[in-house]
Amino acid sequence: MVLVFIDQSEGHIKKSSFEAACYAATVAAQLGTSAEAVLLGVTSDNLSSLGNYGVKKVHTIANETLTNFDAQLYTKAIAQVVETTNADVIVFSNNTTGKAVAPRLSAKLKAGLVTGAIALPDTSNGFTVKKTVFSGKAFANININTPKKIIALNPNSFNVSITTDTAEVVPFNTSVDASKIVVSAINKVTGEVSLSEADIVVSGGRGLKGPENWGLVTELATLLGAATACSRPVADIHWRPHHEHVGQTGLAIAPNLYIAIGISGAIQHLAGVNRSKIIVVINKDPEAPFFKAADYGIVGDAFEVMPKIIEAVRKIKATA
Amino acid sequence: MKILVCISKTPDTTAKIAFADNNTKFAAEGVQWIINPYDEWYALVRAIELKEANPAVVLHLINVGNADNEPIIRKALALGGDEAIRINSEISDSFNVAAQIAAIAKEGNYDLVFTGKETIDYNGSSIGGMIAELLDLPFISHAVTFDIEGNNATVTREIEGGEEVDKATLPLVVSCQKGMAEQRIPNMKGIMGARTKPLKVMEPIAADILTSIASFDLPPVKAGVKLVSAENPEELVRLLHEEAKAF
Ligand SMILES: Cc1cc2nc3c(=O)[nH]c(=O)nc-3n(C[C@H](O)[C@H](O)[C@H](O)COP(=O)(O)OP(=O)(O)OC[C@H]3O[C@@H](n4cnc5c(N)ncnc54)[C@H](O)[C@@H]3O)c2cc1C
Ligand SMILES: Nc1ncnc2c1ncn2[C@@H]1O[C@H](COP(=O)(O)O)[C@@H](O)[C@H]1O
Repeated sequence: MVLVFIDQSEGHIKKSSFEAACYAATVAAQLGTSAEAVLLGVTSDNLSSLGNYGVKKVHTIANETLTNFDAQLYTKAIAQVVETTNADVIVFSNNTTGKAVAPRLSAKLKAGLVTGAIALPDTSNGFTVKKTVFSGKAFANININTPKKIIALNPNSFNVSITTDTAEVVPFNTSVDASKIVVSAINKVTGEVSLSEADIVVSGGRGLKGPENWGLVTELATLLGAATACSRPVADIHWRPHHEHVGQTGLAIAPNLYIAIGISGAIQHLAGVNRSKIIVVINKDPEAPFFKAADYGIVGDAFEVMPKIIEAVRKIKATA
Repeated sequence: MKILVCISKTPDTTAKIAFADNNTKFAAEGVQWIINPYDEWYALVRAIELKEANPAVVLHLINVGNADNEPIIRKALALGGDEAIRINSEISDSFNVAAQIAAIAKEGNYDLVFTGKETIDYNGSSIGGMIAELLDLPFISHAVTFDIEGNNATVTREIEGGEEVDKATLPLVVSCQKGMAEQRIPNMKGIMGARTKPLKVMEPIAADILTSIASFDLPPVKAGVKLVSAENPEELVRLLHEEAKAF
């Protein structure tokens, strides 16, 4: 059986979990078995609809303590579900929760782990999973050599397909210890699209000259339902918040569309964005290295080009 | 308070990424090696700041690797720290490395173990969590701030679309990223002092190896950029909408 961990935040399932569920269902089909899910904490979402994404059963531990995240307690709870259901492959989304829990579970169960997976396992000769390495500049194929296997799937690397099937929701009975971590605040940037899960990202660099010009980025992002990002120096000089910094030492993202405005395309920046499906570069310097990694581009002044682009998008959105 | 900071060695961020031996090994010839930026800039510097604020803090660094890693370890000691431990092992499986570090952490009764959020070469982001599990301690990952008062830590960590503030008591394992501290450059005094700081070499314990690298691939080369004239930006929008179907 393939067990997928469904991640919730403040009671709602995270988008990346649906992708992980579809991936788990496909791995299960490949192995001739079925996929089930585990969800921890109290949610208000309709869990039987997780069946739409291919899982047959959802094991829930609807304990208040688990509504807040604690990697230690989550690991214990998931390990119990793994043991009871005899799951042999466990799938996580490689998000902040997955990155904290999957390694713990790996150590607890002595189950080989691949984080940052981007493809289905190759089971023709053992169990090999492709993952990104060198910050997206290369891939490694990793053999998992243990009976139990854990995969943490990079967000935006697997196509989500939906059916009308529903899943059976079964409470899993277990006691939960008190948490050693007290969550004293959750500060979410509300009304904005989460950068790691966004389909479209609009990003600005030092070429935009100052924070007062960021309207060019945010206006386009709002029209496109996109998240906003920036290059490292832009975050370092506090034109934009740190969590928007993408690249080798920031967030690595893989949206469908990445639009880079006034960013030179230094190798460390590319490392965080080169898995984007379509890259658009707007830069006044024809020699900017970013053009080598781009699919579409305009050599031109962002201050002249961007208002026209925003207008053209607005027109299309208005007629859509 | 005793702090253990995990230090790893990675190729410089501008290193050419190529593979040798039938794509089974990283081609290391001519590559410049650095301390993994998350370990150096954030984990180590924050630990040094904690020691500066409280001279009773004992700060040790640990690296699992062969003797070639010693220049990197000395460089880390030049920034700060009392002594370093190198576990003499070539093995690169995350679990095995974590088991080596956990054994030392347990033996030395450390109150706080800092790792970087991930290595920039293999991007595992696994070792911190594994150490925490092996020690049966709480783990706070992707920390952007860390403060301590007595035994009580306040840690801000990154979550999807924001931040969460956590409180926990020591002992604790924390993985560190941007925000924790500001990058420092070692000064002459630090560099001279690092030469005489103890660097203990220990042999690895027996521990499982759960995974192995079969091979590496490079991404396919892009077809090349389609340029649109700056006179007609509307054409770019049309292409993205109709040809690429990107929105
Ligand atoms: C170890 C290390 C790690 C790093 N990690 C990261 C990382 O994670 N992420 C990251 O982004 N960087 C990182 N960097 C920094 C990186 O090397 C570059 O310095 C940085 O990405 C440059 O940012 P930029 O493109 O915004 O600025 P610049 O390099 O200053 O480029 C600005 C660009 O804007 C263009 N421009 C100027 N005016 C206009 C205009 N009016 N219209 C259109 N275009 C215009 C210019 O032609 C230029 O190409 C790292 C560096 C090191 C050493
Ligand atoms: N060989 C090693 N020796 C000591 N610490 C390491 C080693 N490899 C990784 N680490 C630590 O674990 C963190 C996460 O590494 P990884 O899980 O490999 O991405 C790094 O940022 C280091 O702090």
